[in-house]
Amino acid sequence: MFDFYFEIPLVIRLILQGLAVIMVIFPIAGACSMAERKVAAWIQDRPGPNRATVPWVAWIPFLGKFLQRLGVFHVMADGGKMMFKEDSLPGHVNKFYFVLAPIVAMVPALTTVVAVPFGAYFDAAGKLIPLGLAPLDIGMLAVFAVSSLGVYSAILAGWASNSKYPFLGSVRASAQLISYELSMTLAVLPVFLWVNAPGTEGTMGFARVVEFQSQPGFLGGMWFGFLMPISAFIFLVALFAETNRQPFDTVESESDLVGSFHTEYGAFKWGLFFVAEYSHMIVGSGVFMLLFGGGWNPLPWVSLATAVDFLGTFLPFAHAPLFVGILSIAIFMGKVLAMIFFFMWVRWTLPRFRYDQVMKIGWQKLLPLSIANLLFYAIAIALIQK
Amino acid sequence: MIAPAKPDLVTVNIDGQEIAVPKGTNVIEAARLVNVDVPHYCYHPKLSVVGNCRMCLIEMGMPAVDPATKAPIMDPATGKQKINWIPRPQIGCGTNVSPGLHVKTISPMVKDAREGVMEFLLINHPLDCPICDQAGECKLQEQATGYGRGYSRFVEQKNVKPKRTQLGPRVTLDDERCILCSRCIRFSKEIAKDDVLGFVDRGSYSTLTCYPGKKLENNYSLNTVDICPVGALTSTDFRFKMRVWFLKQTNVIDTESSVGANTVVWSREGTIYRITPRRNDEVNDTWLADSARVLYKAVKAADRLAATETIEALVARAAALFKSTPGAIAIVGSARSTVEEQFFTRHLATALKASAHLVSRVGQGDKLLISADRNPNVRGALVTGLIKTLPAQQLTDLAAQIDAGKIKAVVAINEDLAAAGLTAAQLAKVSIVYLGAHANATSAAAKVVFPTLTVFEKSGTFVNQQFRIQKTLKAVPAAAGATDDLVVLAQLVAAAGGAALPAELGSLWKVIAAEVPALATMTFANLPETGLVLDATPYAALPFVEGETLHYKPAQPAVAAATA
Amino acid sequence: MAVITVERKPLTFLERTYLPQIAGGLKTTFKHLIAPKKTLEYPEQRPAIPVGYRGVPTLVKDPNGREKCVSCQLCEFVCPPKAIRITPGEIPADQADRAHVEKGPQAFDIDMLRCIYCGLCQEVCPEEAIFLQNQFSMSGYTRAEMVNHKDRLYELGGTLPDAHHKWDKKKTAEEHGNAH
Ligand code: SF4
Ligand code: SF4
Ligand code: SF4
Ligand code: FES
Repeated sequence: MFDFYFEIPLVIRLILQGLAVIMVIFPIAGACSMAERKVAAWIQDRPGPNRATVPWVAWIPFLGKFLQRLGVFHVMADGGKMMFKEDSLPGHVNKFYFVLAPIVAMVPALTTVVAVPFGAYFDAAGKLIPLGLAPLDIGMLAVFAVSSLGVYSAILAGWASNSKYPFLGSVRASAQLISYELSMTLAVLPVFLWVNAPGTEGTMGFARVVEFQSQPGFLGGMWFGFLMPISAFIFLVALFAETNRQPFDTVESESDLVGSFHTEYGAFKWGLFFVAEYSHMIVGSGVFMLLFGGGWNPLPWVSLATAVDFLGTFLPFAHAPLFVGILSIAIFMGKVLAMIFFFMWVRWTLPRFRYDQVMKIGWQKLLPLSIANLLFYAIAIALIQK
Repeated sequence: MIAPAKPDLVTVNIDGQEIAVPKGTNVIEAARLVNVDVPHYCYHPKLSVVGNCRMCLIEMGMPAVDPATKAPIMDPATGKQKINWIPRPQIGCGTNVSPGLHVKTISPMVKDAREGVMEFLLINHPLDCPICDQAGECKLQEQATGYGRGYSRFVEQKNVKPKRTQLGPRVTLDDERCILCSRCIRFSKEIAKDDVLGFVDRGSYSTLTCYPGKKLENNYSLNTVDICPVGALTSTDFRFKMRVWFLKQTNVIDTESSVGANTVVWSREGTIYRITPRRNDEVNDTWLADSARVLYKAVKAADRLAATETIEALVARAAALFKSTPGAIAIVGSARSTVEEQFFTRHLATALKASAHLVSRVGQGDKLLISADRNPNVRGALVTGLIKTLPAQQLTDLAAQIDAGKIKAVVAINEDLAAAGLTAAQLAKVSIVYLGAHANATSAAAKVVFPTLTVFEKSGTFVNQQFRIQKTLKAVPAAAGATDDLVVLAQLVAAAGGAALPAELGSLWKVIAAEVPALATMTFANLPETGLVLDATPYAALPFVEGETLHYKPAQPAVAAATA
Repeated sequence: MAVITVERKPLTFLERTYLPQIAGGLKTTFKHLIAPKKTLEYPEQRPAIPVGYRGVPTLVKDPNGREKCVSCQLCEFVCPPKAIRITPGEIPADQADRAHVEKGPQAFDIDMLRCIYCGLCQEVCPEEAIFLQNQFSMSGYTRAEMVNHKDRLYELGGTLPDAHHKWDKKKTAEEHGNAH
């Protein structure tokens, strides 16, 4: 049915897919900003943004009103505003790097998506084919490598702004990102130790990790989040720190740093930082779900294959690759969105850590814990896989 | 100043304070000297005493003496001479001091008396304060706060009397508010010598009116408004214009004639609302002519000049004009300018090597507060040395020189040359630099026009007919587009190559004191409120035109004033 | 002041991990997430105005529909931010129904950008002519629009009951009073 698609030259296909992902990430980032406002409002017993509307939608009975109350048009209004606001360039900045910084921020945000599979389908042979832009063998490494480039944008922005708050903010940002990257990396190692059992073909790809969580049996179907709770916890905390989310958003701490490295930014350039932050969140949540949350498997001990088989009993087209693909993407996206909601929920619950506390948690608590965790699982895995 | 001969002093005791006062002083004035206020309505220091309001009731007594031996009777309790207090209260205005008189103004009886009088006065008084122009400076309001009872026991209908009577062209009467003190009647009779007011009917129906067929229209009618202790007499011009508590008071000098009456200008946010007299017992007592009270209208007059160029550009043009006509310049100064401006004019004349002319204005004196010389500051010009002889009414000299072609440029300061006798042809023959506040034939013919200020917009000094130098203060900010005369003159002097003169009064007076011997000891700041009398002997020979007015007697018979 | 030393209870291990507190906090915020909203959605829903509310100052008319203000300017005087501007005027002697009042405002402006809703004007008014009523929302596109002129003030103010009828009494007195 979709054979024509595979007849298009590979390059064009990849470009199309890449554009598709960008087209998805941007609106999701926008939607996330609205979700952020809505969640904040609900937690604070408010209805949240619910005024903006577009005439012809407002005429649709019921649905128009519903969409308006949901605040969807505020996303458009915000986006429009961001686009058409005067894009000011302060006189005292280093122009080239100042403009470069938000672009640099977007690069890792969009590139990391490449390595993350977001669904799967079964080919004719019943073999699981992951859906993703580039099913890289070194998936995890690629994500780590590229996403740590994000710190450059902070440094560039802070330095190019040529004023003290952005500068302090960027120094903080770089210190914080580097500190937590360490624990994060150490936290995922047990997963890959487990996946790359001696004798198997070694890989750092995500698909394999998900496959591992879809095996039959009690241990096989168990998500790594249950198997390695400490790893998951460390990864989660580090993820909060890496994405500068509350309670680790000391970088943007407006009470002492005004607006941190983007103090001098406005309009669309500022919007790019904003989108980059949400992209980081999306990708981070995706990675977390792939590693510790069973990827596209609907429930622990219920793998995608089992679910499809079960659906096949009453849905004739359940085994069609298209349906499976969409189903798996839906499951995966659902999980990612739940994760993002969790991010927001935490944000409107916890107060911000002080910067010294952030450093202390990172170096004195999280790092020793992740080393101990690694040692424990290394020994345990060695014993089990003997 | 020579101290007046010591009058006979009498020692009295007011509320326990001993004070020596001149014989003939009444209790209200004596109490004032020890800062004790005796409330009063009908008494006025410059009018005869009638004692009809009864507000000034006080308790008084005399030291007791033995009728037989004339020996003082001592009070064993205090060891002092006993006082025989009169059992009933007496009026303070009608009681003159006598040696040893004792007065109590703070006693239960006095308080009762005042409260009783107030209650009677308020019985028929309308509840008009919200619409009454006197509110805020009303003696009845003032005493009501101290001695009013706060509510009325009078349940009957109040009296109804005419509320909007036009007593004359400038005075409106509200009879309901009148407390029948008769101050206005006495003023008309004794000061204005125009006995037109009187009471008709009796008891609570007594009503103030003009005699049939007469009007309160003399030039001093508004003084009745000033002295009316309540809001019965109001000024038609000021009626319902502004509440007095908004108005800022500035001490100014009346420029109507050489009397130099002291006035207060009442303004709010740069707008003048009224002019009232300021008491100066050496000059105008507490009076002021009606005609002096409308002078403020000149400030917002339609023919005010406003500059269309910067003052620098104007000065540059004037300087170019001065350069092109060396030695052929005349200056027409003004006897209506302040002493400071005349001082600058003299400097300008020196710098330009020009002759200085002045214009005299002579009218009929009214023997009260308007003198024959309608220029407020002829003597200032003499003192500063701007002129040596009295000015003529017409600039015939100057006209001749213009016709002869000897004068090619004229600097006219505050004077309309056409009004002073120059023909249009003569005006056209010369280049004119004009300084003035209002448009006239001269400003129309002038090459360079500097819009300047009216007397209400500037500070300075005037020397009146008594050679009394008095200070006038800036009441309202300068009109848009007008510049202070001193600033303009200082720049002109500089442009003409003269000395640099400060336009700020404090520093300017140092220069004046140094250059003008008669003013050597004076500064602007320490000039007393009542003015300072200068030595008139150097000018004794000059034939001043003034006749007799209040507090002024000419040294020699006035030269018959030529009609203007 | 005596110094009271408060013993600090040592934290347990669990407390030091901070996790139970986080869980507690998340529980609280989740409860609010689903709790009914407290917001008053303003233009559609309006708050009940309590008695004695101080809204926009307005001028009122007496039950006969006549202007009560006599332009005494006391409100202008008392107004702390100088929001009130009055030009007093005379009521001509031939205006039959109100000639006895003599004085009324020619212009009466209240600058609502200055007004602080203190209510002193209402308090000071001897004629009970100015009231701060229920109106609380004022908006405009220009500064000039935010100045309420006399006609607007009367439009906002309407008519309030008046127990005194001061000027009515005065008029009756004038008509059949005890003039002789
Ligand atoms: S009008 Fe005034 S000054 Fe004249 S009698 Fe009445 S209260 Fe006195
Ligand atoms: S206080 Fe009352 S009567 Fe007086 S001006 Fe104000 S509103 Fe009018
Ligand atoms: S409420 Fe207060 S601030 Fe407003 S107009 Fe009245 S006196 Fe002025
Ligand atoms: S002042 Fe003495 S009776 Fe009037």
